[in-house]
Amino acid sequence: MTQARLPPPYGRFIDRQAPRTFTFEGRQYSGFVGDTIASALVANGQWLMSRSFKYHRPRGPFTLTGDDANTLVQIGGEPNILADRYPVRDGLAVWGQHYFGSLVNDRLRGLERLSRFMPVGFYYRTFFRPRGAWRHWERVIRRSAGLGRFDPKAEPRRGRCDKAYLFADVAVIGAGVAGMSAALAAAEAGAEVILVERDPEVGGALNYRRLGADGGEGDRHRDALAEAVAAEPAIRVMTGTTCTGWFADHMLTMVRGDRFYKLRARRTVIATGVIGRPAVFRNNDLPGIIHGSAAQRLIHLYGVRPGREAVVATCNGDGYGVALDLIDAGCAVTVVEMGGDAISDPRRDRVRERGVPVRRADALVEAVERNNRIAGLQARDHSAFNLECDLLCVELGVTPAASLIAHGGGEVVYSNDRHAMLVKELPDGMHAAGAVLGPCPFDAARAEGDVVGAAAAGDDTWSPPRRENGCLNHPWPIFPHPKGKEFVDFDEDLTAADLQHTVADGFRTVELAKRFSTVGMGPSQGRLSAVNAVCLLADAAGAPLDGARVWTNRPPAEPETFAHLAGQSFQPVRLSPMQGRHLEAGAEMMVAGAWLRPAFYGRDRERAIREEVSAVRTGVGLIDVSTLGGIDVRGPDAAEFLNRIYTFAYKKQEVGRVRYVLMCDEMGVIIDDGVACRLEEEHFYVTTTTGNSDAVHRAMLRWNAEWKLDLDITNVTAAYCGVNIAGPRARAVLERVQADMDLGRDAFPYLGVRTGRIADIPARAFRVGFVGELGYEIHVSASAGEALWDILLEAGAEDGIRRFGVEAQRVLRLEKGHIIIGQDTDGTMTPQEAAMAWAIARRKPFFVGGRALDIHSRHPLSRTLVGFVLPEGGGESVAEGHLTLRDDAIIGHVTSVACSPTLGRFIGLAVVAADLDRPGARFVIKGAGGGRIEAQVAALPFYDSDNRRQEM
Amino acid sequence: MPLTLLKYGLRCSYPSRPFLPDEREAKSTYDVVVIGGGGHGLAIAYYLAQDHGIRDVAVIERGYLGGGNTARNTAIIRANYLTPEGVAFYRESMELWRDLSNVLDINLMYSERGHLTLAHTDAAIRTMRWRAEVNKHLGVESEFVGLDDLATLCPELNLSRSVRFPILAALYHPTGATARHDAVAWGYARAAANRGVHILQETEVTGIVREGGRVIAVETNRGRIGCGRAVQAVAGTSVQVGAMAGLRLPIQPYPLQACVSVPVKPVLDPIVVSGSLHVYIWQSQRGELVMGGATDPYPLHGTRATLDFKESLTMHILELFPFLAEARLMRQWAGVTDMTADFAPIMGLTPLANYFVDAGWGTWGFKATPVAGKRMAECIATGRQPDILKPFHLERFRDFRLLGEKGAASVGH
Repeated sequence: MTQARLPPPYGRFIDRQAPRTFTFEGRQYSGFVGDTIASALVANGQWLMSRSFKYHRPRGPFTLTGDDANTLVQIGGEPNILADRYPVRDGLAVWGQHYFGSLVNDRLRGLERLSRFMPVGFYYRTFFRPRGAWRHWERVIRRSAGLGRFDPKAEPRRGRCDKAYLFADVAVIGAGVAGMSAALAAAEAGAEVILVERDPEVGGALNYRRLGADGGEGDRHRDALAEAVAAEPAIRVMTGTTCTGWFADHMLTMVRGDRFYKLRARRTVIATGVIGRPAVFRNNDLPGIIHGSAAQRLIHLYGVRPGREAVVATCNGDGYGVALDLIDAGCAVTVVEMGGDAISDPRRDRVRERGVPVRRADALVEAVERNNRIAGLQARDHSAFNLECDLLCVELGVTPAASLIAHGGGEVVYSNDRHAMLVKELPDGMHAAGAVLGPCPFDAARAEGDVVGAAAAGDDTWSPPRRENGCLNHPWPIFPHPKGKEFVDFDEDLTAADLQHTVADGFRTVELAKRFSTVGMGPSQGRLSAVNAVCLLADAAGAPLDGARVWTNRPPAEPETFAHLAGQSFQPVRLSPMQGRHLEAGAEMMVAGAWLRPAFYGRDRERAIREEVSAVRTGVGLIDVSTLGGIDVRGPDAAEFLNRIYTFAYKKQEVGRVRYVLMCDEMGVIIDDGVACRLEEEHFYVTTTTGNSDAVHRAMLRWNAEWKLDLDITNVTAAYCGVNIAGPRARAVLERVQADMDLGRDAFPYLGVRTGRIADIPARAFRVGFVGELGYEIHVSASAGEALWDILLEAGAEDGIRRFGVEAQRVLRLEKGHIIIGQDTDGTMTPQEAAMAWAIARRKPFFVGGRALDIHSRHPLSRTLVGFVLPEGGGESVAEGHLTLRDDAIIGHVTSVACSPTLGRFIGLAVVAADLDRPGARFVIKGAGGGRIEAQVAALPFYDSDNRRQEM
Repeated sequence: MPLTLLKYGLRCSYPSRPFLPDEREAKSTYDVVVIGGGGHGLAIAYYLAQDHGIRDVAVIERGYLGGGNTARNTAIIRANYLTPEGVAFYRESMELWRDLSNVLDINLMYSERGHLTLAHTDAAIRTMRWRAEVNKHLGVESEFVGLDDLATLCPELNLSRSVRFPILAALYHPTGATARHDAVAWGYARAAANRGVHILQETEVTGIVREGGRVIAVETNRGRIGCGRAVQAVAGTSVQVGAMAGLRLPIQPYPLQACVSVPVKPVLDPIVVSGSLHVYIWQSQRGELVMGGATDPYPLHGTRATLDFKESLTMHILELFPFLAEARLMRQWAGVTDMTADFAPIMGLTPLANYFVDAGWGTWGFKATPVAGKRMAECIATGRQPDILKPFHLERFRDFRLLGEKGAASVGH
C-alpha cells in the first residue's frame, strides 16, 4: 500500500528511520515510531476506524487529538482505546469496535433507515408490554449497546501501573505559546514549575497551525520558546502527559504511559487551548470530515497528506492557513467561505494569489458518502452547488478546552458576542492564559503568558482581559436538513432534530435534556458536542443563549483506566509477631479486621478444634492475642475518663486489679469490650476487641477533646503483643519460666495485674478468664513476642501444651457464656438486652450512652440474649444466623452455636423475646431447610457455673 | 418492532403530545404542598391523586425534576434487608416496582438481574445467613450461597484464595433489580400532572409559615403558597427544610459518590456488592459499568468528586474483577445523603398536625420510591401513620427504639 507521506520537514513527530508494522482489522499497515494508530491508518488511506453507537455509521477521526471518540478501537483484550493517541508498535493487532459483520460492511448500518421509528428516548416509550417483555428487549438492547469487549477469562496484567507524587509552586497545563510563556515567567519569578503537555513535544498549536501566509513562523517561535524552556532549570517539562483532573487545593491528576501522577501545586495555570468545533449538517460525521487543525496535525506532525481533493469550509483566517498547508502538501483545494463579513487576513490574500477557487456559502447542505468516506459536499449560497472531495476541513470555530477550569468551579458560559463558550470566571488560585480564554494571536498569547506566569508565581490575582476578537467563530454553524442526519453528538448519534424533539417533549433545561437525550454522556463526555447542543436546546426552548451553561463537568476530563487509578493496589495486612510460628505450626489463618489470626492448627478442622478445646480444659493451651487493641490511658483524670467512656465504675478500682470494660455509643448500643488494668494510680492499660482498637482510640480522643480531662491516650496496639496461657496446668507451666512475680493464687489472684519480667522479658501479666480456666494473659513488647511464644511452648512441652486458635476460643468462651461483641450483639443491642446489666454502674453521674439506657429502661425489655441447649440430634441443622420464632413470628436469631466437646452437647446463644429469659423456657429455631427445632433456655454459664476453675 | 414505535415513525409531526406536560401557572394555595420534586415527592403527589383523589396538589422543586438524589443514585432495587420491619417495607416496594412501567406507561427498564452480596469474613457469613433467613421467612427470595453456586451465578468473579480478602460465600437475591432512575421521576411526574397535580420547578422553599401547631403556607422564591397540608421529601436538605418547620431531624449529611465506565459489550449480569471491599458494581443497559461504595467518611454538604474515592474503588474492583484493569472510568459524581443513626428512614407524622416528613433516606431511598410515595400519600390523606410505616416514625429516636439496618445498608445501600 502506498503511503501518503510527505517529505521532511513535514512529520515532526515521526522517525522515518524506525518503521513499524501493525494490523488493523487483520490487514497489515505500516507506520513510523511517533505515529499514532490513527495517523498511520490515515497515511494508508484508512479513514474508517469505528462504527457509531446507535446507527452504526462509519466514523473516523475528527480532531486527531483524542477529544472525539470516533477513533475508539480495540487492541487485544483492551477496548475503547483512542487510536489518535495510541502510538504504533510492531505487532499490534488493532480492531474496530461495535460492528456486526465487518467494519466495512456493518450489518446494522441499515438501522439508520429506521431512525424515524427510533426517536430520542424511544426506549422509554415501549418494550415493556406485555409485562416481562423488557426481559427480552433488554438483552437485545444490551447486545447492541456497548462499544468494545472484555474477555473475563483473559489473564489480567497485574501491577502494570504505578503512581508518583509531584509538587510544584506552579503547574502549567499546556505547553503552547501561553503555557511556555507562563512557565518561563513563573520560573523567572522564582517558582518551581511543572509544565505539562499532552503531545509528545512542547509547542502546542505552534507545531502545526499556520500563523502567517508564508508558514514556518510557528516553527521559529516554537524553537525560541522551547529552547528557553529547556534552558530553565526551574521548569520540569512533562510531555506526553495528559492532565485528567483538578481537585481541591490544586491536586492535579496526570497520566503518562503506565504511571499515574498526583501533582500538588500552589497555583495552576490552564493553557490548554481549544478544541475544534464540528459544524452540524447532514452527514457531517463521515470519515474524511475533520477539523482544520486535524488536517494540519496530519501534515505537520505526522507528514501525512490527508487527501487529494480537499474542501476547506471556513469563516476565519485559520481556515485559510489550513488551505495553504493543504496546497503546500499537494492537495487540490477549494475554499468555501462562510459567514458574513469578508475575512481580512494575509493568509486569505495568499490563497487568492495562488488562484485557489473560493466559493461563498451561507450553509453546508450535506456531505456525500462513498465507500464509508466523504466523496463530496453540497453547500448553498443563493443556490446549492456541489463539490467533489475526499477531505472536508471544517474551520468554523473552536471551543475552549476548559474542563480543568470547570473542575475547579470556574464558570464557562455561552457568549453571544463570541459565538462560543467563554470562560467567564476562574476559580481561586487558578489562572488561565492563551486561546482557552478566547482567540489569541501569538504576541497576545506570549504577553498574556508572561503576566499570568508572574502572577501565579507571586500569588497575585489576575483576571483575564476581555478579548474583543469574536469573529473567528461562525455565528451558527448548525444547518438542519429536512432529511436529518446532522449529528450534534457523535458519541450518542444524536441529531439536531433529536435535541429539538427533546425540548418539545418537555425536557427544557440543559440538565434534563442531557438526561433524556443522553447528549454529552458518551466517552468524549460532550467535549465536542456541548456547544452545539447548548445552542440547539436554547433555540428550541426559546431560552436566552447568552450566558447559557453546559451540564456539570467533573473529573476526569477524559477517561482513565482502572489500572492507572488503582496503581499497585495497597491493601496492607496486620500480622502478629508470631505469624511465622503459626504458619510453621500449620495454622489455618482467617481474616480478622485488618489482621490475620490462626483459626485452628492442623488440617482436620473439626478434630483440631476439638483437641484444642480439650487441651485447654484438661491441660494447658496457648493462644496469640496480639490482635487485641491496647490503649494506655495515663494522667490524673484517667479513672474519671474510664468512668465516662465505659459503663462500669473505675474510680475505686485498686492498683494491680483488672476490671471488665463495656463501651456503648450515645444510643446505648454496645460497641466494644475488653479489660482495664490499673497498673498505677494514674495509669490504665485498656484492651479492645480485635479490629476495633482504632475506632475506640478515635472515640476516646474525640470525647476527650470535648471533656478536656487531664490525661494522655495512646494507642499501643502495635507496640505490644500478647498471649493467653490457659488451662489447669497454666500456672505450673509458667512457674517453670523465670519470672520476677509471684504467680501463686493468693499473691496473684484472679483479676489481678502485675508488671515485671517473665523469662527476662518485661511484661504486663493479668489474670482473666475468657475461656473459663486458670489463665494468664501476658503482654510484652512486640519485638519479644516470638521469643515468649517459644519459651512458653518449650516450658509447656511436658504438660502437652497446645496452641489454640480463634475457633477453639469461641467454643471455650461459649461454654463459659461470654459474648463476642459483633457476633452475639448487633447494631442496636443494649447491655440490658445482652443480659449484661451487671456491667453498668448505676450510681455514677454520667457515662456515654447512659442517658439512652435510662430511656430504654422506661420501656419493658422486648428481647434478650439467652443461652440455650438443643435436644439430642437437633444441633446438626442449626447454624448461626438461624431465626428464633414464636408463633412463626421472628423474635430473634441464633448468634452462637457449637457442639461443646466438654459438655458433649449442642449449646448456643440466641436472641429471643424477653419473657423467655428463664431457664427451661422453650422456643423454636428455624433450622436448615426450614425445619423447626425446639430449643430450651439454659442458665449461663454452661460450664463451671461457680467460677472455680478460672479462679484457681 | 413494537407498535408504539411504528406509530411514532409514521406520524407527521413530532411529538403528538409532549413526554412531560408543560408547567402550569402556580396557584396561590393548594390542599397539599409537596416540597421536593424528586422520585419520592412526585410519587407522593401521584398516589395522592390516584389513590386518594386528592388532586389539588403542588410539587415544589428547587432545581429540575428528579435532579437530586433521584438523578444521582445508582438505581439498585432490592428487599434483602435485615430487620423484619425493613424487609416487609421494601418487599412491598418491589411488588409495586414490578408493575410500575405499566402503571406509569413508561419503560422504567426494571430489570431483575440478581443481586450478590459477597462475604469475605466469617462475621459477614453470619450476617448473610441471618439476612437470608429473615428474607425467606418474610417471603423475599434470598439465599445464602457457597463458592460453587457463586461461580455459576457470576463466573466473572475472581474466586482465588490468594487475594487480600478472599470471597468465602455470598447472599444471593434473585429478584434484586435495577431501573432507569430518571425515568422513574419523569413517569411519576407525568402521571401526577395528568391527574391535575401542579409541578413547579425552579421554585425554592425559603420558609414554612406556621400558626398554632399547623403549617399554613410555604414561602418560596416565587412567593407565598398557602397549603392545607405539607410534606417534605428533600433528600440532602432534610435538616434545613425540617428546621423551617421547627423540626429537629436526627440526620447528618454525608456525600455519596459513584461513577461509570466507558460502555463495553455485556460482561456482567448480576449486581455485585462487597461490604468488606466497600464497592458495588453492575452493568447498565448502555454498557457502562456503574460503580460506587460507602458514603464519604465525614459529613459534608457538597457534591464534589474526590480522587481517593476512585482510587480505592478501582483498586477493590480489580480485586473482584481483575480483567477490568483496562476499563476506563468516564464520569464520577456525588449526591448528599441523609444519614440516620440506624440506617433506616424517617417517615410519617410529625409534632405538627398537618406536616409530614419523608426523610432520612440515606443511601437507600431510590428503591423505596413507589412504596414511600404510596404509603406517605396514605398517611397524608388519612392523617394516620400506616402500620407499615410505624417502625419508621420520627419518635423512635426520642425513645431510642432504633432499627438495625446498618449491616444490610451500609455499602449495599
